[in-house]
Amino acid sequence: MAEKEDILSGLANAEYSEGFTTDIEQEFFPKGLNEDIVRAISERKREPAWMLEFRLSAFRKWQTMEMPSWGHLTIPPIDFQDIIYFAAPKPPKKREEVDPELVKTFDKLGIPLHERDALSGVAVDAVFDSVSVKTTFQKTLAEKGIIFCPFSEAVQSHPELVRKYLARVVPPSDNYFAALNSAVFSDGSFCYIPRGVRCPMELSSYFRINARNIGQFERTLIVADEGSYVSYLEGCTAPMRDENQLHAAIVEIIVEKDAEVKYSTVQNWYPGDKQGRGGIFNFVTKRGLCRGDNSRLFWTQVETGSAITWKYPSTILRGDGSHSEFYSVALTNNHQQADTGTKMVHIGKNTTSRIVSKGISAGQSQNSYRGLVKVAAGASGVRNHSQCDSLLIGDKCGAHTFPVIECANSGAILEHEATTSKISDDQLFYLRQRGISEEDAVALIVGGYASDVLKRLPMEFAIEARRLLSVNLEGSVG
Amino acid sequence: MSDILLEVKNLHASVEDREILRGINLEVGRGEVHAIMGPNGAGKSTLSGVLAGKPGYIVTEGEALMNGVSLLDMSPEERSWAGLFLGFQYPVEIPGVSNTAMLKSAVAAQRTAKGLPELSGAEFLKLVNSKLPLVNMDRSFLSRGVNAGFSGGEKKRNEVLQMAVLEPQLAILDETDSGLDVDALRIVGEGVNSLRTKENAFIVITHYQRLLSYIVPDVIHVLYNGRIILTGGRELALEIEAKGYDWIING
Repeated sequence: MAEKEDILSGLANAEYSEGFTTDIEQEFFPKGLNEDIVRAISERKREPAWMLEFRLSAFRKWQTMEMPSWGHLTIPPIDFQDIIYFAAPKPPKKREEVDPELVKTFDKLGIPLHERDALSGVAVDAVFDSVSVKTTFQKTLAEKGIIFCPFSEAVQSHPELVRKYLARVVPPSDNYFAALNSAVFSDGSFCYIPRGVRCPMELSSYFRINARNIGQFERTLIVADEGSYVSYLEGCTAPMRDENQLHAAIVEIIVEKDAEVKYSTVQNWYPGDKQGRGGIFNFVTKRGLCRGDNSRLFWTQVETGSAITWKYPSTILRGDGSHSEFYSVALTNNHQQADTGTKMVHIGKNTTSRIVSKGISAGQSQNSYRGLVKVAAGASGVRNHSQCDSLLIGDKCGAHTFPVIECANSGAILEHEATTSKISDDQLFYLRQRGISEEDAVALIVGGYASDVLKRLPMEFAIEARRLLSVNLEGSVG
Repeated sequence: MSDILLEVKNLHASVEDREILRGINLEVGRGEVHAIMGPNGAGKSTLSGVLAGKPGYIVTEGEALMNGVSLLDMSPEERSWAGLFLGFQYPVEIPGVSNTAMLKSAVAAQRTAKGLPELSGAEFLKLVNSKLPLVNMDRSFLSRGVNAGFSGGEKKRNEVLQMAVLEPQLAILDETDSGLDVDALRIVGEGVNSLRTKENAFIVITHYQRLLSYIVPDVIHVLYNGRIILTGGRELALEIEAKGYDWIING
């Protein structure tokens, strides 16, 4: 035992290598939230009247709502008047150029903003605090008819598409944070894949919080038209600070007939320090609509960051024969709290879904899986398989599962499997006997436990995800 | 360099306040194969666990030196880096971690500890592939999860494969023959024999004589009640096979 304590104390705070700040001139709106702020954001973006109206109506709705308290989370009070709702780097002098400091920042994060340095085959929309600062490969993609641009640009250049699809999957009234986001969202990514087009590269959004006291509210809207295909990646990081910062995003995905969307997330927001000081509050609504027949939506997420995660990427399977999968690894350490899972709502006939959730709890963290599988009365031939595993490291953490099934069609075949396990001393000793250090052994075992999920990520993402799992596990042996 | 690889002097060890080893003395020279035999509960597995640094054992007295350096102050991984290998009686399953990934981590850790440069992916695969025929296995074996769903024989062959890749100076094989059929026993025995050199040494822990007809020991020790009560040549194994342990214990 004494030996374990030594290892615990010997490992200082796990290094959060993305925790730096960028020193750059920024402009800020005053703190606080009211109609004037909502109007100012809209005006700043020179938005059409319908967009302002959308925001105002969402804001009014939000004012009547209350913070959700059903999660297995202890959320300290959030003072929404103490948050800055808009922060943007001062625009560069010359047009079309990105501030070198920003280029450096994203370089450091492994996200090159110059196309010549880009990872082969990945286009990125880089969001810094409240605005998109650069979207790469827009022209290359446009040649195929693919629209990939900052959300605020799409409102200007493709208002008909934005209007047609905005809030069709996540209406502002959906929940407290969706209403808040709909009122004050400042940017995000928009993506439209035309009929029959297979997107030739991975598309991605990278979200970076930099400024103190700001909240980040962005939304992503992805539309895959009939018979199209796209793989979309999302990453995010923030500086290390003692104060909490709020991130409340919306991701909406619409998948038309015979189309396929893969949406992968590696969530690495600052998780707070060992004592639980600081870290991002991550309240996110992600939902996809498999609207067309035989459409397919695949969610893959690796959640290692944030002080609090509240997030349930979900799919509404409306098209007959549509299919969705949710593969998730959620790791919590120290004082992190995560309440995450998915909803699979089967409306169409012969719709199928699969849920694989792998929770890993270490330190004094709390990790919950919350899932809903819902089958409508008219949905015949539905199948779902859910597998929900929890891995505990040490004896001060908690793993919880809240699976719910609501089935109105007796012909549905729904399966649920669940396991809870600990890393055994025998496994650790076996690997250490082969010369592998205790920390590396834990990382290896956890990587194996999560491998069903990790192997679904694109290669670079999978490597990054493995690295994050092992970094975030440091000091967790026990 | 001395000819003595392992030197155990008056080793006492307990588990949960119960003394299991009560003064073990053992010297293993380079190039030698020693067999440790004894009835159930004699302390055979405790001895291998204590030498390898398995948590849960408390050494109350005595020494264990490898190449003149005390093993007892080292962590399990440091003992491994020093050249000690334990072939497990019950190899542990680690689902989702491929044999390749595990071997790669192990080889990388060993090389780092010795100050050697990391092997490239190609060099590593060449090394591992060159060892597969020793245990009569094909490459598909490498991509399977460590021992996950392996048969008893496959698990033991996997232990020998790991030993072949890591090339330890001292390998302790803890009841490697348990649960093996004749074919697997032969493969394991031949695998071990092909790894014997003038520099390394083996301690083969077993209940029965049958493994010793494949791996021929230089010395046989009989462990009983936490002490080595008899040491002899390989003919001792045949005698035990014929007469059991009672004549030694009561003699």
